[in-house]
Amino acid sequence: MESLALRHATEPHEMPALQEQALLDPATVGTPAFQAQAGRWLRLHRSGLRAALLGLVSLVFFVGLWQVLTANRINLYVRFMNVPSPEQVLERARIALHSASFGSHVLMSCRRILFGFLLASAVAIPLGLLMGRFRVLREIVFPVSEVLRPIPAIAWVPMAIMLWPTNEESILFITFLGSFFPILINTLHGMASVDPVLVRAARCLGAREAAVFREVYLPASLPQIFTGLTIGMGVAWVSLIAAEMISGQFGIGYFTWEAYSLVQYADIALGMLTIGVLGLASSWAIRLVGYFIMPWSSAR
Amino acid sequence: MAQPGKGLIEVRDFGLRYETMEGSVEAVTNVSLIVRPGEFVSVIGPSGCGKSTMLNALAGFLTPSNGSVTVDGEAITGPSPDRGMIFQQYSLFPWKTVRENVEFGMKMKGMSASKRHQAARTLLGLAGLLPFENHYPDRLSGGMKQRVGIVRALATSPRILLLDEPFGALDAQTRLIMQQILTNMWQRLKISVLFVTHDIDEAIFLSDRIYVMTARPGTIKAEIEVPLPRPRLPAMALSSEFLALRRGLMSLIREESIRAMGGEVSADAMKGLAIDLEGLELAEVL
Repeated sequence: MESLALRHATEPHEMPALQEQALLDPATVGTPAFQAQAGRWLRLHRSGLRAALLGLVSLVFFVGLWQVLTANRINLYVRFMNVPSPEQVLERARIALHSASFGSHVLMSCRRILFGFLLASAVAIPLGLLMGRFRVLREIVFPVSEVLRPIPAIAWVPMAIMLWPTNEESILFITFLGSFFPILINTLHGMASVDPVLVRAARCLGAREAAVFREVYLPASLPQIFTGLTIGMGVAWVSLIAAEMISGQFGIGYFTWEAYSLVQYADIALGMLTIGVLGLASSWAIRLVGYFIMPWSSAR
Repeated sequence: MAQPGKGLIEVRDFGLRYETMEGSVEAVTNVSLIVRPGEFVSVIGPSGCGKSTMLNALAGFLTPSNGSVTVDGEAITGPSPDRGMIFQQYSLFPWKTVRENVEFGMKMKGMSASKRHQAARTLLGLAGLLPFENHYPDRLSGGMKQRVGIVRALATSPRILLLDEPFGALDAQTRLIMQQILTNMWQRLKISVLFVTHDIDEAIFLSDRIYVMTARPGTIKAEIEVPLPRPRLPAMALSSEFLALRRGLMSLIREESIRAMGGEVSADAMKGLAIDLEGLELAEVL
């Protein structure tokens, strides 16, 4: 804690945060000093404010366009007659949020993502690190991985059904495969781009093999590993939804496909939006973990 | 004469070859030099002459093809914290704070966290870097990064310090300050220093002795004593002794630099060129 206190005392960059707090003090509101501070805050955060404002405007515009196209049942080769309007989807969402089955579909998909993705990370990261460190291993594994990598996870569905005794396992397997290769390849890239000077510096300071691996190779590869995790998470969702649509019994992908079969058009859009939100939330979660694990790169 | 355990560097008949399809290529040949305990010695030469190669052999990254490289009579078998090294590129670990960087060597020695924490803070305090102990290297200037690098190398109490053009990437003003900081540290610690550079003024300003290397294959061409008194002050750069040394070194280096670039450009060749490129008056421009 002592070091933290010192950091605050010596870091000029901490100042704006303190001033922001002063801004919220009701006693100072309205004074010239307050106005000067507010003006400064606006100037310093101008680009961030603009981005937030434009983002909001663009979202509102998107929903507005959707409303116009569907309410007027536009038919311009692309047909919007059967597409549900935002209102209808909102109505379905309200019902779905109160039903147990929708919640269990969402939970099921999240569980599959979590298991498949964590399993893929647990295998791909250590494998990538070892392949990056030991050339022989890389030369053995790389050719096989290069042949398997371009095969989309969806193409694995029939094979997965044959390989695994239960449906659940084959869906997990497909999710695993989807995220496995992006994580592996990015870990390898991370290992290849480690600055050799840092390795030599560590050796000069007395680091042996294990210490060089732990203190240099691993942290140096982390940013690239996290890039792999973010991409892997995206592909995991793609693969999971496809697998659920083809062979699932539960899950948000199954929900979306079932809605089509049952002519519940509003539920199709609801399923899609849910997938979008879940995908966004999971990539935010990865970014958040990265932020805490790599404070040096977020300080930039 | 040789005091054991005090940092005597001896390089004898050092040579380094590497194999290519065209046969073996000699990068460095027949280099012999000595750095006595507590001495500051520079090696200067054109780029590509193998001065860094020799330093890498002393650090323990390369095995000589010929001859021997020893410190206090012991052959070098690999890198060791006994031999501190400063690289031209900034080599601080970006994921460690300034203090964690300085602690690294002590951590590798197995020193307890609280002990090395204390030691690092003391060293950083001496170098005037304590206010930055919790900063990541990313936020430091180039000069500060190199200062932390030097502190980090000295934190394991090495017997010798090897520097590979450490100030090459710094601007002229920062460079002068860094040279003085290095001189101060060296005088206080009485450590042996081998300093590789291509900057003549820097070599004169810092060193007790200077070795001049030839172009590839690199070998020692001359050994020059620097009789300037210490402390060396920036004003000495205008003294007649300094200028005489500078002139001497300049002519030695110039010959080698021209050789390294593939020979002197002859006046006749230039004439021919000027005719080929009629109207450009290239000869005059050059």
